[in-house]
Amino acid sequence: MSIGIDHMTTFHSLYLLISREFLIAFRHRHEALNPLLFFVLVCLLFPLGIGPSPQLLNTIAPGIIWAAALLAILMSLGNVFRAEYEDGTLELMVLANQPLVVLTLIKLLAHWLLNVFPLILLSPIIASALGMDFDVQITLISSLLLGTPVLLLVGATVATLTLVIPQNGMLLALLVLPLYVPVLIFGSSAVSATAIGMSAAGPLYVLAALCILSLTLSPFAIVAAIKTGVSQ
Amino acid sequence: MMKWLHTMASSAWFYRFSGKVIPWLMTLFVVLFLYGLYGGLVTAPADYQQGDAFRIIYIHVPSAWMSLFVYIVMAVYAFIALVWRIKLAEVLLISSAPVGAAFTFMALVTGSLWGKPMWGTWWSWDARLTSELLLLFLYWGVIGLYAAIEDKRTASRAVSILTLIGVVNIPIIHYSVEWWNTLHQGASVTMTDKPSMPIEMLIPLLVMATAFKVYYAISLLIRTRAELVEREPNSKWVKQVIEESNHG
Amino acid sequence: MGEFFYMGGYAFHVWTSYALAFVVLFINIVGPSMRHKRNIQSASDFQQHNGTISDDT
Repeated sequence: MSIGIDHMTTFHSLYLLISREFLIAFRHRHEALNPLLFFVLVCLLFPLGIGPSPQLLNTIAPGIIWAAALLAILMSLGNVFRAEYEDGTLELMVLANQPLVVLTLIKLLAHWLLNVFPLILLSPIIASALGMDFDVQITLISSLLLGTPVLLLVGATVATLTLVIPQNGMLLALLVLPLYVPVLIFGSSAVSATAIGMSAAGPLYVLAALCILSLTLSPFAIVAAIKTGVSQ
Repeated sequence: MMKWLHTMASSAWFYRFSGKVIPWLMTLFVVLFLYGLYGGLVTAPADYQQGDAFRIIYIHVPSAWMSLFVYIVMAVYAFIALVWRIKLAEVLLISSAPVGAAFTFMALVTGSLWGKPMWGTWWSWDARLTSELLLLFLYWGVIGLYAAIEDKRTASRAVSILTLIGVVNIPIIHYSVEWWNTLHQGASVTMTDKPSMPIEMLIPLLVMATAFKVYYAISLLIRTRAELVEREPNSKWVKQVIEESNHG
Repeated sequence: MGEFFYMGGYAFHVWTSYALAFVVLFINIVGPSMRHKRNIQSASDFQQHNGTISDDT
């Protein structure tokens, strides 16, 4: 009987957490547009910077889109736990003995759905503008679906470590970007491989493996980082 | 109270112990380093393909080995610091980072100096050099994060977590860069992957690598001593150290 | 002897590498040693001003 009640409360608090995340995100919905616009603008810089030659753009399109997506996620990392840290909610959550790993995963899922997923939906339009074929776009979308969670999980871990530093933007980029290199390499080369008629299976499998690895390890690292920041 | 005694004792003990060990390590380093220099610059024959340019190997390869080795040692300290909350491990971790960064820097610059006569260019996006550059950024990150956080206990814990994240990522970064390199360049000219190295070339290399390891220990101990005094300037053991140095 | 310094035409690359190694290895010993000395000095000044040692660190 008591087990049933425990389950009820667990599910109920889970439901509350999820609805809270989406409610907050909905109230700040104009902010969710920012990563999207940033992504489009970065992609726009390249044709403007190197000229509109279709052949050249087609060659570097995978790299451009992947680098732009990576930078957009990097820019959005600052506000993953920032508000909760500053108003003390994070401290209460640690003290209240809530399952922080679950909370972290829910938060990141909401963040991904609201900040990253729209960007993936938009990427085919950018890709077409850069002259990418339809079958290559399919690989692009699947590589982004597998790779962006890795970027978000790794980035959020490091962002949590830098919460205690007031002006941390540049340091965060310096800490995160070297860790993003593997995802950038495998993501863009999966797309390039499809573009020259080769199989993209290899890099996509590696991205899937990285995704599972970061899904299992990052939440625990984030919890450790939260406790470090809060205990100060 | 017990915990306080324990940490005090270990800082004081470490300070005294390292003070006794450093001169011995210094002697060992000088002997090994001079022997390595003599072997590498004089007795080792010139390489049949690269001529005398290959002698850079005696700086480049030990530095590159050490750059990885130091990061792995840092990860061990990070683990100890996080699991057992040992202050000394935190200090050892943060004192290792500048030495590791220095080795990485040395490996990068000597690699570039070696690349110029071999490839005809200072930088050729060689897999080894590129991952060495990324490793330098990882060291930079550890030093930068520690410097940016005011409270040094919090900084130490944050740096420990960052180091563990880094050590999980290093093999992935290395593998991805290697894969990227073969994808875009085909088999590139590797400088050191020789099927067999003559023994008179190999021995100075191993001696030099050992000398660099001893050097790391020396630099680490001196840095740790400085950091310990800086963290606990008002403690009994620092007072004793000062008194002894005044009398002696 | 001249041939030794000539390094088969690679004198610049070889000697710059070794010089760099010397400089880096030297800095990483001398820098921390000076910092150690400074820290001891400031701890000594601090304790002389305060006279007694407090029990906490």
